Amino acid sequence: MVTTIALHLHIPEPVSRPGTEADFSWVEVPAAGSVRRPEPTAADEDTRDLPYTLIRVLDEDGRAQGPWTPRLTGDQLHQGLRAMMLTRVFDDRLFRAHRQGKTSFYMKSTGEEAIGAAPSLALDPHDMCFPTYRVLSWLMARGYPLENLVNQIFSNAKDPLKGRQLPVLYSARDYGFYSLSGNVGSRFGHAVGWSMASAYRGDTRIALGYIGEGSTAEGDFHEALTFASVYRAPVILCVTNNQWAISSYAGIAGAEATTFAARAVAYGIPGLRVDGNDFLAVWAAIEWAAARARGNCGPTLIELFTYRAAGHSTSDDPTRYRPADEAARWPLGDPIERLKTHLVARGDWDDERHAALARTLDEEVRTAVRQGEAVGTLGKSKPPAREMFEGVFASPDWRVLEQLRESGL
Amino acid sequence: MPTMNMVQALNAALDCKLAQDADCLIFGEDVGYFGGVFRVTEGLQARHGRKRCFDAPISEGGIIATAIGMGAFGLRPVVEIQFADYILPAFDQLVSEAARLRYRSNGEFWAPITVRSPYGGGIFGGQTHSQSPEAIFAHVTGLKTVIPSNPFDAKGLLIAAIEDDDPVIFLEPKRLYNGPFDGRHDRPAASWADHAAAEVPDGRYVVPLGSAAVVREGEAATVLAYGTMVHVALAGIADSGIDAELIDLRSIVPLDIETIVDSVGKTGRCVIVHEASRFGGFGGELSALVQERCFYHLEAPIERVAGYDIPYPHAFEWDYFPGPRRVAAALARVMEGG
Ligand SMILES: Cc1ncc(C[n+]2csc(CCOP(=O)(O)OP(=O)(O)O)c2C)c(N)n1
Repeated sequence: MVTTIALHLHIPEPVSRPGTEADFSWVEVPAAGSVRRPEPTAADEDTRDLPYTLIRVLDEDGRAQGPWTPRLTGDQLHQGLRAMMLTRVFDDRLFRAHRQGKTSFYMKSTGEEAIGAAPSLALDPHDMCFPTYRVLSWLMARGYPLENLVNQIFSNAKDPLKGRQLPVLYSARDYGFYSLSGNVGSRFGHAVGWSMASAYRGDTRIALGYIGEGSTAEGDFHEALTFASVYRAPVILCVTNNQWAISSYAGIAGAEATTFAARAVAYGIPGLRVDGNDFLAVWAAIEWAAARARGNCGPTLIELFTYRAAGHSTSDDPTRYRPADEAARWPLGDPIERLKTHLVARGDWDDERHAALARTLDEEVRTAVRQGEAVGTLGKSKPPAREMFEGVFASPDWRVLEQLRESGL
Repeated sequence: MPTMNMVQALNAALDCKLAQDADCLIFGEDVGYFGGVFRVTEGLQARHGRKRCFDAPISEGGIIATAIGMGAFGLRPVVEIQFADYILPAFDQLVSEAARLRYRSNGEFWAPITVRSPYGGGIFGGQTHSQSPEAIFAHVTGLKTVIPSNPFDAKGLLIAAIEDDDPVIFLEPKRLYNGPFDGRHDRPAASWADHAAAEVPDGRYVVPLGSAAVVREGEAATVLAYGTMVHVALAGIADSGIDAELIDLRSIVPLDIETIVDSVGKTGRCVIVHEASRFGGFGGELSALVQERCFYHLEAPIERVAGYDIPYPHAFEWDYFPGPRRVAAALARVMEGG
């Protein structure tokens, strides 16, 4: 006998909202070092457990554990720590600059600093990253001049993008950082195409693409995975799962049903799920995927599991949609604190040196901001307005030339 | 009658339709619990329930595709695309699907969907939070495109759009959400509170699609505008000292051609104003129509005031934005002819 029941429309809803306590009891945290590490040349079938666990290296005491432990020098770790701390100081100061009316917009990456910094240092200088707006630490790790960032954020006369772009939508080709745009997801396929071009030429460079977990819902994500899989593109595709897409929790992007790393399974490529607040684990995963790509074994999808500790942007107030104590209760801690603890445990760092570094970085950022203010903040200084007519085409056509004349600029 | 800003008026329209029609539902990015990044759906989920107003994945193509499927079933979905700049991933769904479903199935299926989206500049949004894409929709047979310029019209037009059995693109001038804006960016922001069109009746009423409004009567020239540019044009007319008639098109498809022809027939001069870039803009279509239908009344070449043919540049918002000065200059030029 067939029973008929009324259908019911399911609408996902997070476990906690403002007014209730943050609840992360659903987050399963395997012990550091407990996940096996197949060889980077492993067949995809030998990696099928990896999307459903969480690769972690640093334990509670800051000690590196297990087969994913990357062999890093003290210098590399110090560089990583510096880049992450610099990102945080810079974010805090420029966020405040927005509140003071010095810019129109800003976005922080608080809590996600390991996600840009570790890959930036782990990959080669000539590899190309196709970023999201939340991987400033990539640039920090490569020593991109702070003045350039500040001038871009202030849209002033020295803005390297000539006032054409919204603040934080940088482009820095020489630092392996592809041009950002305001529309999410749309560069994920560019990473695949860039890496296919490298393979076409018989080059050695590989590409890395970032996308937010919310933006994996866009067709761009699935299209990129299809092409990466079909052509075994030498690309690393990273999903930053920071739990929130503005006010929408990850369940709205499909996290109720499975993990983001598991998206890889259907495309027949490896998917790694990684503790994104563990600098060493992120490094190790990127190193693994890079070895795979460089060995003509094809693409890897990596889910970087983390938490967006700050608001989405200067336009956002997260207390309207999530409990205020969520960031404090995030079970995977703070990436900067965790790397610091590791360095201390290695006998290679202490509170005093940490405080001294913090002071140095604060001064570096202050100096850069002062320089930017001297040139001018938003509206007080800008590149020559007539330059807004340049750069649409390689050489301008009559419309733009006529309009430039008409404008009187 | 309560005084409302445009956000409140749009919210009132949605609230009214959710209450009246169980088949009406809302979804889009961040519209549910949070109430939308511009607050247009604030409180609707709490008032009407989770399945009447809920968050969508960040997939504009998916949003429009599922809305079409729901519409085909018999629902009346109202979806929000967070910024009109982000409607483009859904373009195929709009052009090849929503716009043609009725025609190709010989009326077996149709897509009674409303796609709301904030558009236009003036908020320092840069290249991807400032565009005015109305012309690309106007070009597509089978889509209606509506653009209000004040709270009263916003509510009445949105209710009409939702009740319409065809797909409607409903573009909301985001710079007008909180107050009228005449392009004089260096003056303090105005509030809707002092504006006659901010008196918004309770309950259901419609402003029919395809009916333009004469905002200012005049004899010397006709100015055609919509959305934010209605207010900018009014300021430009005042600056010019020319007795121009100002028509707010309110919807560009369907287009109230009679009101346009009557006015240009009377004045013999025409200035078209839009914020979108000029080449291939909707002003080109308006100009052709006026030329075809009013040629023997025209005393001077038709003038277009529009954005330049470049992407919307962040730092040069006010160099790019076609403000009252450019409207006044075009009016002066159009008065010289003939
Ligand atoms: C195509 C497109 N649709 C919508 C938006 C509006 N928007 C900007 S950021 C954002 C959330 C993105 O969330 P996620 O991908 O998870 O990245 P996160 O901000 O969390 O880093 C949305 C919806 C956009 N910028 N582009």
